[in-house]
Amino acid sequence: MAILTKDEARALMQKVLSYSKADECEVNLNGTDRGNIRYARNSVSTSGKVSQSQLVVSSAYGKKLGIATINEFDDASLEKVVRRSEELAHLAPENPEYVPFLGPQTYAEPITFVKSTAEVSPKLRSDLVAQSLQVAKDAKAVAAGFLEDNSGFTAMMNSKGLFAYNTSTNVNFSITVRTEDGKGSGYATRGYNDVTKLDTKTATQIATEKAVKSATAKAIEPGKYTVILEPAAVAVLLENIFFDLDARQAEEGRSSMSLPGGKTRLGEKMVDERVTIYSDPLNPELPTSTWSGDGRPQEKVTWIEKGVIKNLSYSRYWAEKNKVKAVPSPDGAIMEGGTKSLDELIKGTKKGVLVTRLWYIRTVDPQTLLLTGLTRDGTFYIENGEIKYPIKNFRFNESPLIMLNNLEEIGKVERTVSVESNTNYLLPPLKIRDFTFSSLSDAV
Amino acid sequence: MKRKDFIYLTGMGAVASMMPGIPVIGRPIEPEQALETIDPALKKRIADVALNAARSKGATYTDVRIGRYLNQFVITREDKVQNIVNTESYGMGVRVIANGSWGFAATDRMDNDSIAKAAEQAVAIAKENSKLLTEPVRLAPQKGYGEVSWKAPIEKNAFEVPIKEKVDLLLGVNDASMKAGANYITSLLFLVNEQKYFASTDGSYIDQDIHRIWPAFFVTKIDATTGKFETRNALSAPMGMGYEYLNVRPQDKIQSVTTLYKGRYDMLEDAKAAGAQAGEKLKAKTVEAGKYDLILDPSHLWLTIHESTGHPTELDRVLGYEANFAGTSFLTLDKWESKKFNYGSKLVNIVADKTQVGSLGAVGYDDEGVQCGQWDIIKDGILVNYQTIRDQAHILGLTASQGCCYADNWSSVQFQRMPNISLQPGKEKKSVDDLIKGVEKGIYIIGDGSFSIDQQRYNFQFGGQLFYEIKNGKIVGMLRDVAYQANSQEFWNSCVGIADASDYRLGGAFGDGKGQPPQSNAVSHGSSTARFNGVNVINTARNIG
Repeated sequence: MAILTKDEARALMQKVLSYSKADECEVNLNGTDRGNIRYARNSVSTSGKVSQSQLVVSSAYGKKLGIATINEFDDASLEKVVRRSEELAHLAPENPEYVPFLGPQTYAEPITFVKSTAEVSPKLRSDLVAQSLQVAKDAKAVAAGFLEDNSGFTAMMNSKGLFAYNTSTNVNFSITVRTEDGKGSGYATRGYNDVTKLDTKTATQIATEKAVKSATAKAIEPGKYTVILEPAAVAVLLENIFFDLDARQAEEGRSSMSLPGGKTRLGEKMVDERVTIYSDPLNPELPTSTWSGDGRPQEKVTWIEKGVIKNLSYSRYWAEKNKVKAVPSPDGAIMEGGTKSLDELIKGTKKGVLVTRLWYIRTVDPQTLLLTGLTRDGTFYIENGEIKYPIKNFRFNESPLIMLNNLEEIGKVERTVSVESNTNYLLPPLKIRDFTFSSLSDAV
Repeated sequence: MKRKDFIYLTGMGAVASMMPGIPVIGRPIEPEQALETIDPALKKRIADVALNAARSKGATYTDVRIGRYLNQFVITREDKVQNIVNTESYGMGVRVIANGSWGFAATDRMDNDSIAKAAEQAVAIAKENSKLLTEPVRLAPQKGYGEVSWKAPIEKNAFEVPIKEKVDLLLGVNDASMKAGANYITSLLFLVNEQKYFASTDGSYIDQDIHRIWPAFFVTKIDATTGKFETRNALSAPMGMGYEYLNVRPQDKIQSVTTLYKGRYDMLEDAKAAGAQAGEKLKAKTVEAGKYDLILDPSHLWLTIHESTGHPTELDRVLGYEANFAGTSFLTLDKWESKKFNYGSKLVNIVADKTQVGSLGAVGYDDEGVQCGQWDIIKDGILVNYQTIRDQAHILGLTASQGCCYADNWSSVQFQRMPNISLQPGKEKKSVDDLIKGVEKGIYIIGDGSFSIDQQRYNFQFGGQLFYEIKNGKIVGMLRDVAYQANSQEFWNSCVGIADASDYRLGGAFGDGKGQPPQSNAVSHGSSTARFNGVNVINTARNIG
């Protein structure tokens, strides 16, 4: 079925709704085309192409909800899936937290679809990978990378008159280059909606340079250090704050946003006043959907403003219970940056550690958002504004909330991808004092 | 944004199903439909269309996987049912070698034209990618088995158990835990049935039926005055079993500081204990950082085995195929070739086993048509073997694959995944009490918690669910804020005691992630309780004001 136009999607969903006998009915429809190449040891390893479509029908009788989906689209299948969701609704127990479906909404026109990305061919994919491989081979280094592009549409409609439609494209690229003797390793990652912005050659050059320069790393003592975290390292730490901005978890007393007695940190200054974090579906560098999966409009929302927690996200149930606006959780996040490049941040550092990437991040204590993980693929010692030598990797134990109180400087924002959640963000490199490295790792 | 915790809890594919408002992955179906299977004769016809189409386009090898993947989730919190979802995903993946290169394509359209088109697409991709190849794929020879089948030896198909019985169980669990002191509890049943059909140009047509079950809960207790909270998760293990896992018998229980479970699980009893223990954790003494002897229960040790033994002995990591994501391995080929690399103490024997009854990884044949077996990984402390698939076997000088190939869906390409990897019990008669008796300053850890390890599997850090202080051979009370850090080789060399086979139990991971795009694997790890001397313990308490 691939990608339906707005009119085709509307017509199909209207037909589905015409079969409904439930009190309420809602239809979600989506289709994606995904292509990828994976390579390692300077050679392609696996590669594939997968197309999938899905129709989801939710039927409700009172507070009893049934959900069924199908991937066949003839009339008989469409009627069958509606009947099936209605049968499941009859079987389900009443959910006291059920909230009736939304009525018609107004959405901004999304800017998430780029034609060039939707038209990526197997040849373009292999050409982009060939450019990357050439850089590594020329440097007598070993490349392992992954390129994945996708294009798709999502649409929804319900018996209360809501209609939403969006198309989107995305391409993510990541590259690890290692020296032949395995003593050095470097990494770079890129994510775009528009494949023409993807420069696999330059990204691989950065990874190669880090690999070569990180070989024969010295061990230095674990402890508290001033660090410069590149955006890919910032992403995997800060996203744990974003995940915690949920009102219900906070009010129930079981997140880092909780205070005793059902109170929350909403309105509290928790981090340095230079920290402002927001989401904006219409940001041209990080466009995301203008509506959420349950039909709520996605708008520009400031989550942390000058260090103060300004907003928490709400499920529709929790918002209705608390009589507040049901702000949905966003699809990406943007931190306001400064003007300095990474090089300028390094130049202004007397003693410190440059961190390319962090890895295997896990929550140690949800109350303080203490995280652990390790540096990886390019860790360097900085002295008097210069990178002096590569150092062995560290394990850290640090809370991003504590870290944002130890903020020294904020660099220029760039788009980056979290290796943990695969989410794209606009984030700056950060210079942080007293970052806690707790032990050494022999890993390269 | 989705919470990463859910990825760990449920496996990647299940995430969307658990989140209200997000369309489910797969096709929800009525319970009784799960009992209908697809006729193998039909699957053979579909497979032959793909095999012939690929061959006609120039493929020198082709395999086809037709999969019907059924999941059921029943999710509750406190006194409410949050979600009941049945999903089905049906489709076909075709993998080929053409011009010496792999190609893959998948489709959920099961008509002859779509199947043939997918096969042709896989060949086209292989030919395009062969331009980037340095060495053609070398497959270990594999005889065709003809038409064969394998079924997991379950006693009670969990999909046959009425929804009401499952809801009643979970709401009973929640009630018991709340009455015992919990403020919040989420409980769930996660059921899986993989109906997999494999066919290849080697002449195999393999029909398999695999079942998995995971009952779990997550309890939170809050101190109203201070706002401090603690959690206690279920001590269950996900298993390759049917609903019989929840029918506990007296011989399945081990009495310790808390009741532990062997092969069967009493969810109600554990939830009650958890409600009380979450409260005890709030009042427990904070740990003093330093060196301790650790006594690790199998409900905890499975995860340490998984991360520090399972992953570094994956041959694809050793060779560099995972360098860009999951990482490489400290267990390099020279260490294996030397035949004297001291991975652990002489007590440490670790075995790979794809046949262990009740385990998550048990199958008759892997996803490239290789019959499964068991083999030594670590023998008397020495690294002796890895985990391989057909295109890697020649690197170890093996004439056949070890059968470690797996794909998490028909739409995913199969690659090397971890078999069950287990620490063998001690050969001498020894109980957990015997192990604890000899410890002067130690910590007894039960249940798995936070986990993190570097990309070559040297440096790790683990938390847990329950921590008990041991002083002069006796348990003296509960501790909190505990995590231990070690280097894999040093840790396994510090193993000075392993309880005997009577204590042997399985733990496991339902959603072990690897690969790009990421795929989820289910794998068990068995052990008896074991003692490790002089491990570095840190205090994880912090203050955010």
